Amino acid sequence: MTEGVERLKFHEQGDVMVVEFKDSKILDDTVIQEIGDELFGLVDKQFRPKMVLDFTNVDYLSSAALGKLITLHKRVREKKGHLRFCAIKPKIYDVFRITKLDKIFEIHEDRDKALGSF
Amino acid sequence: MVDAEQTAEQREFVLPSVPESRETVERAVMEALERRGCGEDVLFAVRLALEEAVVNAIRHGNKSDPNKRICVSYLVEDARIVISVEDEGSGFDLDSVPDPTAEENLEADHGRGILLMRVYMDEVVYNERGNRVTLTKMGIM
Repeated sequence: MTEGVERLKFHEQGDVMVVEFKDSKILDDTVIQEIGDELFGLVDKQFRPKMVLDFTNVDYLSSAALGKLITLHKRVREKKGHLRFCAIKPKIYDVFRITKLDKIFEIHEDRDKALGSF
Repeated sequence: MVDAEQTAEQREFVLPSVPESRETVERAVMEALERRGCGEDVLFAVRLALEEAVVNAIRHGNKSDPNKRICVSYLVEDARIVISVEDEGSGFDLDSVPDPTAEENLEADHGRGILLMRVYMDEVVYNERGNRVTLTKMGIM
């Protein structure tokens, strides 16, 4: 069953939470803050979180959004969980690569590969 | 008949330091570029760099004080766009900004905006005080 909050859609696939963004442009501070709050809320729900963040719908994101993703990454790590990203469009992937965040996050080409990586 | 592609377009905005100002400027710049038939790569690059510059001006320069203003201007001429973003702050020392790609900074949750501006624009120039940045992208057509 797919559930939604304001900024995200998510469902559980086995013991993995698969999360998609509703916004295609993750630029606005308010949007970024809300996304962050919702993501952290989802992490808090799981004892040892396993999460796949699917970027299919994302066309733009700013450095502030990257900062929020780093905070998410740290929160998941604190709970000894696992975080995967997938389906990042080439232009957005370039932003991860330029900022060397492709070294921090585990990024997969598509959702199946991300799910298979746990 | 005037060839729209040859006509320079220039606008200036003086806006409060609120999130909506970012959208106002971004919409205007994107529409100007779209009128000239700029490709997706250019639109992406300019949108991202402009976003970073405006957010820096609002958040860091003007401390998100809605009573403080940002001044954003753009000039589109020939095959380039020049954007200037100025805040009312006291500026900053560019040399003091740490490298966000250094190992010890990779997990910082901020500090990547200037890097992205430099990568996606051809020129990024700050005034001496550090409260105005001028971004130039060439070859936009």
